[in-house]
Amino acid sequence: MRRRPNTGRKAQDLVVKAISAAAALLGIFFLGWILFEVGKRGLGAFDAAFFTSLPAPPGSEGGGLANAILGTLIITAIATVIGVPLGIMSGVYLAEVARGTKRAAAVRFIVNAMMGLPSIIIGLFVYTLLVLPFGRFSGFAGAVALAIIMLPVVARTADDMLSLVPNSLREAALALGAPRWRVTFSIVFRAAKAGLVTGVLLAIARVSGETAPLLFTALNSVYWPTSLMEPMGNLTVTIFNYAMSPYADWQRAAWGASLLIMAAVLGTTVLARVVFKEKKR
Amino acid sequence: MAVRPTARRGDRIYRGVAAAAGIGIALVAVGVGVSLVASSWPSIEKFGLSFLVTDRWSPVTEQFGALSSVYGTLVSTVIALVIAVPFSLVIALFLVELAPPWLAKPVGAAIELLAAVPSIIYGMWGLFVFAPFMAEHVQPALKNSLGFLPLFEGPPMGIGMLTAGIILSLMVLPFITAVMRDVFTMVPPIVKEASYGMGSTTWETTRKVTVRYGFSGLIGAVFLGLGRAVGETMAVTFVIGNSHDISVSLNAAGNSIASTLANEFTEASEPMYLSALVELGLVLFLITVLIQVGAQVWIGRTVKRAGGGL
Repeated sequence: MRRRPNTGRKAQDLVVKAISAAAALLGIFFLGWILFEVGKRGLGAFDAAFFTSLPAPPGSEGGGLANAILGTLIITAIATVIGVPLGIMSGVYLAEVARGTKRAAAVRFIVNAMMGLPSIIIGLFVYTLLVLPFGRFSGFAGAVALAIIMLPVVARTADDMLSLVPNSLREAALALGAPRWRVTFSIVFRAAKAGLVTGVLLAIARVSGETAPLLFTALNSVYWPTSLMEPMGNLTVTIFNYAMSPYADWQRAAWGASLLIMAAVLGTTVLARVVFKEKKR
Repeated sequence: MAVRPTARRGDRIYRGVAAAAGIGIALVAVGVGVSLVASSWPSIEKFGLSFLVTDRWSPVTEQFGALSSVYGTLVSTVIALVIAVPFSLVIALFLVELAPPWLAKPVGAAIELLAAVPSIIYGMWGLFVFAPFMAEHVQPALKNSLGFLPLFEGPPMGIGMLTAGIILSLMVLPFITAVMRDVFTMVPPIVKEASYGMGSTTWETTRKVTVRYGFSGLIGAVFLGLGRAVGETMAVTFVIGNSHDISVSLNAAGNSIASTLANEFTEASEPMYLSALVELGLVLFLITVLIQVGAQVWIGRTVKRAGGGL
């Protein structure tokens, strides 16, 4: 039998291996580049006033983004309060109540499609729903927009995580005479706890860095948040406005806000993964 | 033994609430479509189909056409996928086939972290760090080597279609990589081992066995990236330049549907202007729904076929 020559094939293999290692390295390089620049420029903007004062007009000294920090916290918290229970209950519907039915399949199809909707479209939707009829932008509308973005994410993970719980657990609980709702909330939820917490954390991480859906809903404000029915300052829209401004002070503040948002989002994401890993072990 | 009535009532409430939440989500999704059509109706009535094929965008004379935005969305998405798909493929290959576990884990985690970075951070970095880098190094180099092509005409401003496409590629890369990695992992070892047993190299096994085996999964990954790239807003808005002119050159400023919405929506005071912007949103909505439905049908078909036994 004649052997095929090896040299060309081996060389090609080596080249591809080198390329793929280089590509992975390049990906990490970009991550490092982004983290480094945001970290460096962001730290330069941090001082006590950044966390405690209201924004200053361009050119004047001092000023901070305390109102935007508070606003982002408020909007994200309200979005979580609305979005998480609804999302989890939808997951319960898909995985427990309507498991295996055609209706569940249809809802699951729509939830999956909804996950892919651009967040700016959700912003437009909430604008026509809650801003246009009342004639003003509001922090509440922003929270609703973020909640709608959370919904499919939470529902999908809840669906997946609840479906992983073995049926023998449900059967054992039902055999003891527990009603369905107790089976779900006391048995299945406990078994799927780590997965549910991970899903919720990832959803919070995702929406807290969102900008586009807040542009048309919460808008932005330079005052302390006083009412949910008024425009509310928030970090991400502030970054957008400040970055597009010609003032160096504002651009520096935008970097500070960027670092804050990035640290919060990446921190939450990493936390979510740790929670999941701990449980797996 | 009779069931306690409280338990029954509890279950009825439980089922009712869960069904309301589940069906509620579906209704919200439908509501998005309905409200977009309703709010863009004046514009749909006035411009009809010409909205999609004219590139005039003039708030002053109230002449609106979506062509330049649709064009920008398509071009930036194509650039993103042309870069991200091959890169994702080789990174997934590295993670699954080449790297030892102690290396694959942290590298995989780092790539996944790219997906968690918010869009607006990509925008900041893109505008203040990457665009100047493009203007100083990449665009002049492209102009010197490929300047005879109309694609690279014009002054190197840093911002523009190419920069937007590259940043988009960075943003969709982790999503495509994650799916491709799963696809590679799911190929049964025995198939790969058979290939190695015949004396194939890693690359030959990948190209002729793994990629063919998981081909539909890889297409699904591309769909996912496509869906992400089409609707990406903030990062693109920062760097695309926001011009309503259609230009062949990738160095030139352009706009995408999402960037136009982000830039102009809060400034739009005239009802017709607002309506035209919402219609832009409707076009984007329809594009993404089409991609999502296509992807799900494709994946569903693949799963069925895989389940049919090989």
